[in-house]
Parts: sequence; structure tokens; C-alpha cells
Amino acid sequence: MSATVAEHGEHHGPAEWSKDAHYGRASAGKIAMWIFLLSDGFSFGGLLLAYGILRAGAKAWPPDASLHEPHLGINFTAGLTFLLICSSVTMVLAHDAAVHGDRKKIIRYLALTVLGGVGFLCGQMQEYFGLFHGEGLIKEGLVFGGSAYANTFFVITSFHGLHVLTGTIYLFITLIAAIRGKYDNGNHDGIEIAGLFWHFVDLVWILVFTFIYLL
Amino acid sequence: MEQHIHPEPKAFIWKYVFSIDHKVIAKQFLWTGLMFLALGGTLAMMIRWQWAYPKTAVPVVGALFLSHTGGAITPPTYTSIFTMHGLIMIFWAITPILIGAFGNFCIPLMIGARDMAFPKLNMYSYWMFFASSVLVILSFTSQLGAASAGWTTYPPLSTNVGAPGWGQTYMALAIFATGVSTIMGGINYIVTVIRYRAPGMTWFRLPLTIWGMWLTAILNVLFVPVLGSAALLLSLDRLAGTHFFVAGAAVGIQGGDPMLFQHLFWIFGHPEVYILILPVWGIVGDILSFFSRKPAFWYKGSVFAMIAVTVLSAVVYGHHMYQTGMAPLLGLGFEMLTLAISVPAVVLFVNWLNTIWKGSLRLEVPMLFALGMVFVFGAGGLTGLLLGTISTDIYLHDTMYVVGHFHLTMAAASFLGSFSALYFWFPKMYGKQMDQNLGKVHFWGSVVFITLVFGGQLVAGYSGQHRRLFEPYQYTYIRHLAPLNRWTSFAAFALGATQLIFVVNFIKSILMGKKAEQNPWHVSTLEWTHCASPPIYHNFDIVPTVVRGAHEYADPAVKKKFGRDYLDQVEPGLSAVDEDSSAGMPEPEAIGAE
Repeated sequence: MSATVAEHGEHHGPAEWSKDAHYGRASAGKIAMWIFLLSDGFSFGGLLLAYGILRAGAKAWPPDASLHEPHLGINFTAGLTFLLICSSVTMVLAHDAAVHGDRKKIIRYLALTVLGGVGFLCGQMQEYFGLFHGEGLIKEGLVFGGSAYANTFFVITSFHGLHVLTGTIYLFITLIAAIRGKYDNGNHDGIEIAGLFWHFVDLVWILVFTFIYLL
Repeated sequence: MEQHIHPEPKAFIWKYVFSIDHKVIAKQFLWTGLMFLALGGTLAMMIRWQWAYPKTAVPVVGALFLSHTGGAITPPTYTSIFTMHGLIMIFWAITPILIGAFGNFCIPLMIGARDMAFPKLNMYSYWMFFASSVLVILSFTSQLGAASAGWTTYPPLSTNVGAPGWGQTYMALAIFATGVSTIMGGINYIVTVIRYRAPGMTWFRLPLTIWGMWLTAILNVLFVPVLGSAALLLSLDRLAGTHFFVAGAAVGIQGGDPMLFQHLFWIFGHPEVYILILPVWGIVGDILSFFSRKPAFWYKGSVFAMIAVTVLSAVVYGHHMYQTGMAPLLGLGFEMLTLAISVPAVVLFVNWLNTIWKGSLRLEVPMLFALGMVFVFGAGGLTGLLLGTISTDIYLHDTMYVVGHFHLTMAAASFLGSFSALYFWFPKMYGKQMDQNLGKVHFWGSVVFITLVFGGQLVAGYSGQHRRLFEPYQYTYIRHLAPLNRWTSFAAFALGATQLIFVVNFIKSILMGKKAEQNPWHVSTLEWTHCASPPIYHNFDIVPTVVRGAHEYADPAVKKKFGRDYLDQVEPGLSAVDEDSSAGMPEPEAIGAE
């Protein structure tokens, strides 16, 4: 801190700042996350648009019946969707606990949310590779590079999977911070921001599931 | 929101290389951008050489880089040259100079913040950009030549079918990387302007420069991801054996669609031209007011016009695809929306003219460049009407007319606007004064030759010369245009030579320029009135409280009381009674009390 600041002491931070209605009350981090999510929404938008244009241009979907590509199973993935929605609920509960500064509950619900994320990722591995049981889609003949059907499926779902992975790691880091007591004093901004990302990932999945699996 | 003061780093690497100081990052962007401007300019000279003296040895550059052909340009090299020229100028020259350098430099200083909202993110943004620059250079070293599908990177030319080898792949990855960098920067700019304005710096007291930068950041954040998704899919097509953009015999009915790329590209690509011009509009709007010693005419009108352009720019991309066989009704819709953009553009234009009307003009170098920008942008904008209208576009599509049009609006206007900004803020960046006489020579050479070059392209295109032809004169109907093209090339070489004056001036001024005063232009914005030249590490010891807008000039009462013709954004000014009756600006306490 320079001498000039020291001379002026308390005046270097304007006192009346917060009263100014022009500035709102959201923290910089929260605004940044919202803007990032808008931006990220447009990247999903670009990929989903590609899917839409390719599918609209094809005579049938999957486009080439002679490749014998498997149809996507809805039941299993509907389960995964439900899991992700549940993890959004626990996320809300974690945020609520943070508002009340209840460390035990924050940890419990954040851990459940992380578990939801891990569960979804395991489910996706099962779907792709048959990691736990039976054959995955790849072994059944849905090969990346095989057709526009396979290409769009793998690019969009794995791009979303990457988001789930990022979100799970992000929430895990938040969980550790919570264990260390960072959110004890009702300081819930960090959890709210992580929650924004997680709900976004969830919302996007509902769209992806609708477009790719259901329609 | 208060920003804390952090101690200035002492070690070289933290102070100059991995710096989190927005002023240093601005200089990093500026230098990288200027280097790429020189590279892109050299490539332009090579294209012009080919059109002036086809298939003959290029002087100097040919001996250095094309020795295997005796210095002459071959068709494959030629396609690489114009592709790399376009991509480099747009993504690695104009973008970093205008947005990277002046966005970073001006936003915190002009709104009264101590740094960006996320200084580290700012640093990552530069180094991500640097990584993408490395990929661009790598593209040149590729064995099968640099990217060669045109700057628009259309498939099938840009797929492995049309452009095999690593050159095009590196560029697809470089576009992705620079997109990530732009988004990081954009989020930072938006949040900084929303959250870190000094107290009293309300939205309508912001300098127009900040409005331009802020709206550009919004467009960047929204539409660069769409380009990113296109670059991602193209990279997968090239590297992973997919075929999103490959159709026809190569893949069969399970294949993709080349038109898909055009949609994704232009959804981004049209906002991109406003991304490159909005900061210039803002900068020029401010500088015209500062050097006319008059308030910016209808400031709010300019702001709303820029907002209107920002919104409209998102819904007109189809006019790049008139000739792709789109439904006529859809084309008509795009045509109407496209022509609707002229309304806010003309509002801005008339505001600029009214700002300088009867002003006390100070024709210093930044003002000259700003006036030059108004001129070329006017010319470029008018020529755009013929391209936005489908019936005339059928004839002009893919001709040199298109090249002339977008170079006047995007290249010439951004170029002159960038130099206006550079001459204007140089004293604040480096604490030195640039040589004004050399600057004036640089301006007159630039504006005259840039008009001749792009004017020549307009004429050639209107006469039917197609763009991107390696040897236009093999077509008999273009043969008579050879002298026109040659004279246009001479103007281009003169334009290139003029830039050497700037290089000399820039380096000379940094090394041994006269020390600049704090406010050499006698203007009213915070970076000049409340920061030293160059500013201290945290910009403001005391964050000032702003009481008025950025363009308070030519008030006779102020002149009588203070002996100067402007009020800065902070000082109390005339007595409170006079202030209320003359300016009608509420005091900050009044706003706070609401």
C-alpha cells in the first residue's frame, strides 16, 4: 500500500458505494458464472443445431439401415436423468444449509450431489463401453465416425459428460472447502455459484436427453 | 465493489511475463497484435504482387520464403497466402489490438477500477491467445502448406479431402484456442463494467469507448462458442475420422452436410464484423467529441444505436448465404433485417457529423485517424447496401466488390480506428509523447492509399472480377482490368511502405520520446484526469467519485470560472445551483438515496 493511501486512510474505499442502485448486489463471481453459462449454452446450441440440421437432412434416422446401428435405450438413460435431477435437489438442499450456516448438512448434501455426478458418469461409461454389465453401445455397433447418427450422439453426450466431470470435480473441491469450514458463517456465495453450474449441466442434459434419445 | 490494493510484483517474470496487471496484459496484446498485423500485411502485399505481376518472382519476401520456386508464387502457395492473410488479420491482428489491448487498457482506467474483475483470468486469456498464435505459426511450417481453404474455412475445401496436411488442422485448432481466449476476456470485461465502475459512474456517464467494448464483449461471449463448436467438429472431421461436413461419394448416405458449417460459421461470422467495429465506433465517438471540444452529439442516441446494432447483428447472418439456395422468403426476411441495420448505423453517423459540426476542431493525429475512419466507414457502409439486397447481390456475390466492401468497413475502419486509439492512448500507456509530424505523414499516407486500394477492388469487382483468382487475366473478360489491378497494387505497396513510418515512430517514441504530461490532450475522462502517465500499478490511490458524463466541453460558464473549456468527470464544477440548472446531473448522493 502506497504512502498516499495510508495518508487518506479509510477514504480509499468509497463508503457510499453499496447504496448506489446502479450496481446491484450480485457478486462478481456470480455474474461471471451466469455469463459463462449463457456462453456455454451457445456452445451446446451450436452442437444441437448441427444435430438438428444433419437429422433434418437425412431421409431416415439412423440414416443408413445397412449399418445395423443400435437404437438408444431409453429406460436406462431415463434412470440416469432421474439421478441427475435428484442431485440437483440435493444441491438446492446444500445451498439452503449454507444459507443457515449448517456445516454438517452442507457436507452431507454436497457429498450426495458429488455421488450423483459420479453415478451419472459411471452410467455413461456403462452405456458407452458396457463397463459393468453386458455390451456397451460401441460393441453393439455404434462407432464414432461410423455415421452422422453415431457422430452427433458421441460428440454431444461426451461434451455433456465432460461438463458433468468438471462439475463433479468442482463440487468435490467445494465439499473440501465446506469440510474446512469455509461456509460456516452463512457465506454461501461459493456454493450458490457451484450450484448454478450444476443446475445448468442438469438442465442441458434434459434437453440433450429429449432431442437425442426421446425424439 | 471495492478492489483491494495489492503490492506490485518485483520479479521480471511476474511483472512483465505472467503479469496480472491489465495495463501490462494490454501491452502484450498490443505487441502480439502488431506483429501479426505486420505478418498479415506482408501476406497482403504478396497477393497484390501476384495480381500486378502474375507468376513473377516476389521481391525480398520471395527470396526469403519461396526460394524453391525462384521466388514466384505457385497456385497452392497463393491459396495459403490469402487464407492466412484473412484469418491472421481478423483473429490475430484486429481482435487483439482493438479488444485485447485497448479493451484491457481502457476499461478499468475509464470506469475508475483498480484492475479487471478477474486479473488471473485476464492473464490466462492472453496466454491462451499466445498458444493459438503458436499454432498459427506452426501452420506455416506444415509440409503440405499452411491452411488454404479461405478465411471462411468452408468444407469440403477445409476437410481432409480439400486441404490435406497439418496446415489446415493447426488453423482449426488455433481458431478454437483463440475462441476460448476471447470468451475468457469477454466474461472479464462484462463483469468488470457491471460491477467495478467507480461510484457515480452510472451507465449513461460511461465514455462511449466503454459502451463499445462492453457490447462487443457480449457478442463475443454469445457467438464465439458457436464458432468454437464449428471448429471442434471440423477438427474431429480432420483428426478423428468423423464426417460432420463431408457429404457425397466420399461417405455415402450416412454422411454429413457442408452447408451445416456455413450456418455455424455465419451465426458467429456476422456478429464478428460488429465485434470488430463496435469498439471503433465507441472510440471514434469519444475522440471526435474530445478533439472537437464539444459534447458528443446525442450521446444516448449513440448508445441505443450501438445496442440496436448489437441485437440486430445476431439475426442477419443469412445474408452471407443468399447464393446457397435458401428459400426466397427466408432470403427476403434476412434482406429486410440486414437493411434495417442501416438505421442505427446512420444514427451513429449523423451523431458523429453533428459532433464535429461547428466544433473547435483540433486536428491532432488521433483526431485525423478518427475522421479518416468516419470517411472510410461511410464509403464502406454505402457499398454494403448493394450486397444486402438480394437482386444486386446475385451479380456482385463472390466478386472483388465484396472484398472491397468488407475491407473498407472491417479492415480500413478498424485499422484507422485502432491507430486513432493507439496515438490517443500511447502517452498514457508509455508515458511518452509520439512524434506528431511523423504521425500526420502516417495518417495521410494511410487514408489516401487505403481508399485507393479498396476503391480499386470495388471497381474491379463491379466490372466482374471474381475474388480469390490466382491469375485473373487468363479470363478474357477480366484481361482489360490488368492495369487497374496493377495501379491498385501500387497503392497497396505505398500503404505498406507508409506503415514503416509508424514502426519508426512507435519504437523511437517508446525509447526516446518526449515525456508526456498527465493530460496532454486536455480531455475529461478518468484515465487522463486522475492517473499519472503511465498510471501507477493499482491505477487509483483513491477511487474517484464521478459526478458527470465524459463529454462536458464548451460551457462558457466553465470557461469563465476555470479558464479551460472542459470539466472532468469528478470535480464539483460550478456551484451546485448552476450545476442543477445547466446540466441537470443529480449528485451521487441523490442516486444513492433512492
